[in-house]
Amino acid sequence: MDMALEVAVAAIKIFIVVNVVQLVVAYMIYVERKVIAHAQLRLGPMRVGWHGLLQPIADGLKLFLKEDIVPDKADRIVFVLAPVMVLVPALVVYAVLPFSATFYITQINIGLFFVLAISSLGVFGVVMAGWASNSKYSLLGALRSAAQMLSYEIFLGFSVIGPLMLAGSLNLQEIVHAQRDVWFVFYQPVAFIVFFVAALAETNRAPFDLPEAETELVAGFHTEYSGMKFAFFFLAEYASMMVISTIGIVLFFGGWEGPDFIPLPGFVWYCLKLGAFMFVFIWLRATLPRYRYDQLMRVGWKFMFPLVMLNIFLTGFLKYLFL
Amino acid sequence: MVGVANVSRIEQQSTLHGTEELVINMGPQHPSTHGVLRVILKLDGETVNDLDCDIGYLHRGTEKIGENINYTMFIPYTDRLDYIAAPSNNLAWVTAVEKFFDWEIPMRAQYIRSMVGELSRIASHLLWLATHALDIGAMTVFLWCFREREMVLDLFETAFGGRLTVNAFRLGGLHEDVPDKFLQLTQEFADIFPSRVDDYETLLTNNRIWLQRTRDVGIISAEDAMDLGLTGPIIRGSGVKWDLRRAKPYAAYPYLDFVVPIGENGDIYDRYLVRIEELRQSIYIIQQCLEQLPGGPVSCKTPRTIKPPEGEIYHSIENPKGEFGFYIVSDGTTTPYRVRIRPPSFINLGGLKKLCVGQLVADVVAIIGSIDIVLGECDR
Repeated sequence: MDMALEVAVAAIKIFIVVNVVQLVVAYMIYVERKVIAHAQLRLGPMRVGWHGLLQPIADGLKLFLKEDIVPDKADRIVFVLAPVMVLVPALVVYAVLPFSATFYITQINIGLFFVLAISSLGVFGVVMAGWASNSKYSLLGALRSAAQMLSYEIFLGFSVIGPLMLAGSLNLQEIVHAQRDVWFVFYQPVAFIVFFVAALAETNRAPFDLPEAETELVAGFHTEYSGMKFAFFFLAEYASMMVISTIGIVLFFGGWEGPDFIPLPGFVWYCLKLGAFMFVFIWLRATLPRYRYDQLMRVGWKFMFPLVMLNIFLTGFLKYLFL
Repeated sequence: MVGVANVSRIEQQSTLHGTEELVINMGPQHPSTHGVLRVILKLDGETVNDLDCDIGYLHRGTEKIGENINYTMFIPYTDRLDYIAAPSNNLAWVTAVEKFFDWEIPMRAQYIRSMVGELSRIASHLLWLATHALDIGAMTVFLWCFREREMVLDLFETAFGGRLTVNAFRLGGLHEDVPDKFLQLTQEFADIFPSRVDDYETLLTNNRIWLQRTRDVGIISAEDAMDLGLTGPIIRGSGVKWDLRRAKPYAAYPYLDFVVPIGENGDIYDRYLVRIEELRQSIYIIQQCLEQLPGGPVSCKTPRTIKPPEGEIYHSIENPKGEFGFYIVSDGTTTPYRVRIRPPSFINLGGLKKLCVGQLVADVVAIIGSIDIVLGECDR
């Protein structure tokens, strides 16, 4: 009986999270359009609803109703499977994210490890999409994407080791508890910088948005996609932005906990921090040009990799001395 | 054409570790070939081994049209060549035809011609900066530049009625004097614009990513640039001080003070700096024009039908994109016997291969942007 109840509760939570995530993602796109528009002296969406508030719904509806095109020469099965392969890992990760002290789907001891493992599956979908489209632009985009995501996964993985050494746990809730007094970003500023840059590259955001560099590769790996399949890639990109931001908040900014003198519920703190992260993502996109492929690799391997290694070494050394 | 589906064929052809060139069609509907340019790229990975330009998608036979209508009627056709800076083309045509005669063009007309020419240079360079930055991923610059370009187009509208394809000048001067409002608005624009150029520079000039993308990319030496006949900001970016406003002054340029900016390395960044400085110099020229603008008529007495004497002339001016010239052969009738256009975009595009081979795909986009082509004039 207990078992059945647990499953039912979990199912309800999953239903809520998945649907809320989709809705939040849709509105994040709206916010992004608005913020960038104002940075560029435009108004952004204004027509659908008050200040374009219903725009995401109209867009979603449009994408649903669009003709579903599969190119003639495409590998049909892989072509259809690819967007699913991208979106599912991005959503599965939400299973272990702590939104507040009490609201999460599940809590596992290897939470962070799970997140990194599952979210790196997304790159398969990208490569599959590029390959199955049977288009040269898509192929180039997919190759860039694969190289970029794989190498930056490494820096991302190494950059979280510093905070992990301080927290002594992979459980995301416990990492949050470990920062009750001081956020890890103050102990680990270098790790945070590397983490943030790697996060940008991992989610294909500006200035590392080469896989979908519009002006070079048309739209990169999803050039040939349209309608709902295209929307899947879009949703996945924003869903993984939220995942990466959440990980950043948990590891460096005390998760859902805020300073004691401002009594706000944990979930509100989480949302505020998430909003701030998202804003920086968007802000960078409005400001910066794009790196070139080889420069991206150089920044990664020649600069960030030694830096993050040094950080791990120093963290271990200082921890051994003082703790 | 090797597609992904033909993998088995590739495997048969090549050994286990063999590679093949990937041929990619960039354009004519590619977002960053600036119009209908088609570039056929041969890639090894992302490195460009070879490239070929396919032009002519916008060919309208402008030269032939010019041989069938009279000299005045051809003026509005010239706007459609470099449609980004239409008044400049008008200026090239009218000054070319005027070279057949010994008309005394009134100074007021000359000053207004220079002023409008510089305004069109600003309009053209703004569009170049906007799209060039967009190609490299800096989206915001695009819209900031368009804000000011809009102001320039509004100025054209106030003075001549048209916005994009402006029919600004007539043989012998102007059609009619510009309204006072135009001068007043131009003054306002000249006051505001330098600070806006500072804004663009804040986003780009010292931006590390911008520097990495543009420095030491697409280098062309002064000798190569001269051999290829490149003109305009490209050759100045390579350090050659060649500007027709100085070398063969026309309109009011002999009386105006300005600096011809040059670069050192001839890379994309130098061409960027040259054009940014030209924006500032243009505003400086406009300010001088406004201060020195003499009164009087805006057109000299011209015959009712323009019948140049038999002969041929070549006249070129410094368009925003380079040397823009007309070669006209007259047989003494009201229509030219031959009109030949020397389009800077077409000839500058000839340098594309030299600039791109050995670079990466991402650089090709940046290089095309830095050449600043407009296909209307390239294909004629």
